[in-house]
Amino acid sequence: MIKAEWFYWLVGGIFLVMAAQMLTDRTNPKRVGTAAFWGLLGLGFIYGTWVAGKSAPAEPLGAAVLAMVCLAGFGFTGRGKGSAATPEQREARAERWGNRLFVPALTIPVVALVCAVGVKKLSLDGEPVLQKGSETILGLGIGAVVALVTGMVMLREKRLSTPVHAGRSMLESMGWAMLLPQLLATLGSIFSVAGVGDQVRRITTAVLPGGSLFLAVVVYCAGMFLFTIVMGNGFAAFPVMTAAVGWPVLVVQEGGNAPAVLAVGMLAGFCGTLVTPMAANYNVVPAALLELKDQYGPIKAQLPTAVALLGCNIVIMYFFAV
Amino acid sequence: MIVLLGVLVVVLGFATRRNPLLVVGAAGIVTGLLGGLSPQRVLAAFGTGFASSRSVTIFVITLPVIGLLEHHGLQEQARRLITRFAGLTAGRFLALYLLLRQIAAAVGLNNVFGHAQTVRPLAAPMAEGAAERRHGPLGEKAREKVRSFAASADNVGLFFGEDVFLAVGSILLITGFVNTTYHTHLEPLQLALWAIPTALCALAVHGWRLLRLDRQLLGAAPGPGRTAELGETVK
Repeated sequence: MIKAEWFYWLVGGIFLVMAAQMLTDRTNPKRVGTAAFWGLLGLGFIYGTWVAGKSAPAEPLGAAVLAMVCLAGFGFTGRGKGSAATPEQREARAERWGNRLFVPALTIPVVALVCAVGVKKLSLDGEPVLQKGSETILGLGIGAVVALVTGMVMLREKRLSTPVHAGRSMLESMGWAMLLPQLLATLGSIFSVAGVGDQVRRITTAVLPGGSLFLAVVVYCAGMFLFTIVMGNGFAAFPVMTAAVGWPVLVVQEGGNAPAVLAVGMLAGFCGTLVTPMAANYNVVPAALLELKDQYGPIKAQLPTAVALLGCNIVIMYFFAV
Repeated sequence: MIVLLGVLVVVLGFATRRNPLLVVGAAGIVTGLLGGLSPQRVLAAFGTGFASSRSVTIFVITLPVIGLLEHHGLQEQARRLITRFAGLTAGRFLALYLLLRQIAAAVGLNNVFGHAQTVRPLAAPMAEGAAERRHGPLGEKAREKVRSFAASADNVGLFFGEDVFLAVGSILLITGFVNTTYHTHLEPLQLALWAIPTALCALAVHGWRLLRLDRQLLGAAPGPGRTAELGETVK
């Protein structure tokens, strides 16, 4: 059986190799801090397998995460100049390879698709070939590996260090934003253990004026929206706002249609994800990947859509769900 | 009441534009300690949280091959290819991308598209190529706008497509939370059906905004020629 953990090790390995390259990159004035950050991240990815399997203590990994937070948060990381090809060189190469360049690029989505739809159903000796529940992640991983092999053969590239080096500058430009989504997941679990949800519920019930169904709908949707902006994802906001308003007021008190209320409430949260820099993987990382000068570019492009859709969700919930 | 200080830390950090990593790290420590966790348990929470959320970062696996192909001119070729389709403007191309992204997500294929695997190497350069064919060389503002809208098409398509699929994280989170907390039984299918109206609204609203992008670009002054290429180090 192909396991998701194998690909986490591969990602960890990529981080470690890149960290080694970063350490020797003299064009980066902060090369030691940068290498330490990505090196710790790589080790964390591998060690995480045993933490997730509960066979190793989680505290060392927690300490490593806090060390990474300090390294990136206090500005000890930077980026090298890299030795990217000039635009003229790339134009010339594009001329040479032509549309064949799309073959490896499209291999990733095609293999991911085949794995998620076809290979998912295959089993060997009664065991599924792909680990259950991780098929799409495995598809992406397998697709990337197949594409890399295809690309290297096609482009007659012999050294594995070339692709790793080429991918590194993208990673360096993302910097701290890479770690934020995983850190936010942690914050969400700490919030729920510490009982933040109960407190928010008490406050909302205290300030919510009784009797107005429309206001309750607005509070639930806008609460999901705002709390998602603060927390960076709707998953952390959902239990809090649902326990506060969604379930007790809209479903129990007003007799709303539970699946409709909850599904639309979650989507109101997603509108918040569109406009928060805390959702780094969707908003900040792409800005770095696309080398935008304005790191809020994607958020600005999404803001009018997010506001309009929040309105749509409120209308849908008010007229059809409660 | 005092545990809400953690939320306050996030809001204040946000408002004063501190580094988000420090803000979130500090908020986690403050909330954990105020909520009665021992320092050791706070540390363990950071460890387990990191370990169980590694799938968010799995896209890194595609960076080496994308980097290799870009080194050999993938983005340039994507630009050249798109200019052969006369009727395809930047806005129409991105609206089409939005539709495909949404359909793929609605049938559970979240990772088939993405910022690292499709937006940077293919969608963004293609949208730029289409815009340049129509409006001539793009100025920096226009270029940033096209790239930002390429990223937005991916996000909107994903967010408002994936909930139509049954086995996606957010649907399972809803059923998991509600079924255990309120001892009821909700079926993922009912939730997924109720995601469809918003999905259609998202397609209409953002699709319309993408189509309008062409007109906005028409108003923008043409640039001094090709400035920074995607993939170059911009300082």
